[in-house]
Amino acid sequence: MNDDARGQALEAIALQALEAVCKAGASQADVLLVEGDDREVRVRGEEIDFVKQAQGRGLGIRALVAAQGGFQTAIVSTSDLAPQAIERMAHEAVALARETAPDPQAGLPESGLATDRPDLALFDPADQDVPIAARIEDARRAEQAARATDPRITNSEGSQASSGFARIVYASSQDFLGRYASASHGLFSEPIAQDTGGMQRDHWSTTGRRLRDLEDAAAVGREAARRALRRLGARRVATGEVPVLFDSRTAPSLIGQLAACANGYSIYRQSSFLHESMGERIASASVTIIDDGRLPGGLGSKPFDGEGLPTRRNVLVREGRLESWLLDCYSARKLGLASTGSAARGTGSAPRVGTTNLWLEPGEKTLAELIAELDRGLLVTELIGMGFNPTTGDYSRGAAGLWIEGGEIAHAVEEITIAGRMQDMLLGIDRIGSELVWHGRTASPPIRIASMTVAGE
Amino acid sequence: MSQKSAQDGGADARGLAFFHDRYDLSDPALERILETALARRVDAADLYFEHTTTDSVSLEEGIVKSGDRHVEQGVGVRAIRGERQGYAHSDDITLDSARLAASTAGAIADASRPHAPVALASRAGARDLYPVALAPTEIPVTQKVAWLGEVDRYARARDPRIQQVMASVVCQYKRMLVAASDGTRVADVLPLVRLNVQVIAADGKRREVGYQGAGGRFDLAQMQDPARWQSLVDEAVRIALLNLEARPCPAGTMDVVLGPGWPGILLHEAIGHGLEGDFNRKRTSAFSDKLGQRVAAPGVTVVDDGTLPARRGSLNVDDEGTPTRRNVLIENGVLTGYMQDRLNAKLMGMEPTGNGRRESYAHLPLPRMTNTFMLAGQDDPEEILRSVRNGLYAVSFGGGQVDITSGKFVFSASEAYRIEDGRIGTPVKGATLIGNGPDVLMRVSRIGHDLALDEGVGTCGKDGQGVPVGVGLPTIRVDALTVGGTEG
Repeated sequence: MNDDARGQALEAIALQALEAVCKAGASQADVLLVEGDDREVRVRGEEIDFVKQAQGRGLGIRALVAAQGGFQTAIVSTSDLAPQAIERMAHEAVALARETAPDPQAGLPESGLATDRPDLALFDPADQDVPIAARIEDARRAEQAARATDPRITNSEGSQASSGFARIVYASSQDFLGRYASASHGLFSEPIAQDTGGMQRDHWSTTGRRLRDLEDAAAVGREAARRALRRLGARRVATGEVPVLFDSRTAPSLIGQLAACANGYSIYRQSSFLHESMGERIASASVTIIDDGRLPGGLGSKPFDGEGLPTRRNVLVREGRLESWLLDCYSARKLGLASTGSAARGTGSAPRVGTTNLWLEPGEKTLAELIAELDRGLLVTELIGMGFNPTTGDYSRGAAGLWIEGGEIAHAVEEITIAGRMQDMLLGIDRIGSELVWHGRTASPPIRIASMTVAGE
Repeated sequence: MSQKSAQDGGADARGLAFFHDRYDLSDPALERILETALARRVDAADLYFEHTTTDSVSLEEGIVKSGDRHVEQGVGVRAIRGERQGYAHSDDITLDSARLAASTAGAIADASRPHAPVALASRAGARDLYPVALAPTEIPVTQKVAWLGEVDRYARARDPRIQQVMASVVCQYKRMLVAASDGTRVADVLPLVRLNVQVIAADGKRREVGYQGAGGRFDLAQMQDPARWQSLVDEAVRIALLNLEARPCPAGTMDVVLGPGWPGILLHEAIGHGLEGDFNRKRTSAFSDKLGQRVAAPGVTVVDDGTLPARRGSLNVDDEGTPTRRNVLIENGVLTGYMQDRLNAKLMGMEPTGNGRRESYAHLPLPRMTNTFMLAGQDDPEEILRSVRNGLYAVSFGGGQVDITSGKFVFSASEAYRIEDGRIGTPVKGATLIGNGPDVLMRVSRIGHDLALDEGVGTCGKDGQGVPVGVGLPTIRVDALTVGGTEG
């Protein structure tokens, strides 16, 4: 898949599209071409629920037309790769661009395009030959293990396995042509536990660039079942201010929300609570947050970003101090800064800022130790709802988890909310756990926040 | 599409003509593809063809910086055997790729068998719930750009504290064709428009956001009526300025009054998802096996109605070709029905209800909501507010989420006030409401006579698929709901 005829054919199509849009009148242009091959299966109980297979591709053309006062921009995308269709799209892109306003900050990168193509271990060629039956077997093993864990596991939403392979080609009128192949595999199990008090579900998952990086299927099912079982008997707790621990599945959402507030677009729009905080202390001194697009095997890794710039390691927060925004070329120009190689791009949209592999640096103590030293407080294992306002930092979300009393788990908790201001929550991080587990592109060890408002009874 | 077919006939005829002319999808060709899927030992098969054009124009900092146009086309082929579904899709609409997908989908069955030939026949009624004079994607971009410029100037002129205006107009024109092994053959043409306005207001160091959107399946010209879009901008500005004054929300259990319209998201999250057929067939819903039982207070009647003209959540037929209808989910407090797609209806021995929906050809259909709302009651909204001594009045919401199995749901208020001595008091921000689906409607103690539907901006997510939906509610009082804020 790395160096094959199909990849070269896609490069030829991308270059044809680039030439067509430049001929049609674009002063600058870029083309993104993505081809994917995806499989997904779900087993529920003894039965296969579904088997899905698909091939898909998408071509996105961005035209930039020089006008008085800047470039006019448009993006046109389609899945139709026939030469006439590409020709027609190229003209449409230029015509559409001419309808928009010239923007002095628009434009491709002036320099610094990626010249290296590091091997980031984004796929294992052998995985392409793994038959779908083997993934069905993975899902079945996870499902059986979950159901066999305990007689109270009475039902499930099923266990799901997926494998996706993609080829990505990016070409721009700055003489850039880049291509890479990647894969991602996942396994997810969602059992339901039941007792006289009612039903509770929970899930566990594993993801990776290579099948051999995944956790054992039966272990995934068992962990999912363990999590569902411990939620039985959940009840509300009294309203009050308590220390709140986030486990390694809920903590990443906080890190992701913080990164979104360091996104260059929300900074120049002044729609982030952090927009005037560069260089300032925004979190407790134990907090260091890194985004690195070149971690070998990382689910967010890629050799170059959505504008052809090399991906790199950016330290957003170092020992509590805000050290960098995440920027693409446009947001960087708006702020008088340089891109951080953080342009993310889909075929149907202009580049925007995205994270790659984002994580909080781990601390010393395990989650078990953090629980043991907590006299009274909440361990959050699931968050629901969208109650975060990036402009003000106001945070209020539905939560479920475990109540800790005297360093031990007392009972499961549900139907409560946790609230605070992100500003206070970040400064209030007083413990960081040692376990850093990747379930996606963002990871965080357990975090303890000294005090949040829990609303319940 | 020929000029003639664009103008003649209903949505079914126009959709059929489009796929026939553009991709040569005649009935015999469709029948052969279905027979390829049926060559294996499967119970049923269906095809879903889609061609969707979406354009969006966005403004910020006073200028339209970019225009986007996206064309999505493809075919999804499904084969069903018992509870098992095989699905394959391709973005290449040719007979060959459809046949290949059909054979892939059919591979869920391990043996082949002879089968009866498929004979397709039109199943569509004459109904067209959303006729438009002009596809919104055919309206020149120049006109949309000029309009957004007006929106921007109007918003900024409202108040000097308005610092940023972001506005976008998104237009979609979708054509779909469904053919199934039971002979169903139906097409539809679906327009969808939406205007979004977000403003940021600043006062000293404090900054707040106000958002308002509106849309539906109608001519863009309706949205472009100054009276309509100006009132929408006024709302966005009003909410941003109000939030500048808002105080932190109290935390704890209190009586809550929900305003009319968009707060109907309560129904969507608290009970709607729990009444979708798949969860009940699998018995993973907190509402499983509760048909015929009391799940809400007397007087509470909740319907899901896909047949409302021009609404964002409406459909002539669902994505399996079943005509949509008005389904009564809860009647006077008693659970009376689930929302079904074909597969789950069949497995539960029930009728499909026109709720089989999918995000696109690349997705399997699932039972989903359309427009979900509570019917009006008798109470005067003013009197409902006066009936609460101290509590919360929530008028508008951001998003919500539910855990189907435990029944716990949450949703976040974007406009809310304290109720103090039966009167609307201080505005509060950051209020989150959380509750338990199976009992929240039991605690509805007043129902207003002011049923309103939302403005047409809802998108529902399930299994990673987003579909447009609507909600509605009269003013209601809910006793003892948990409110999550920061003030003790």
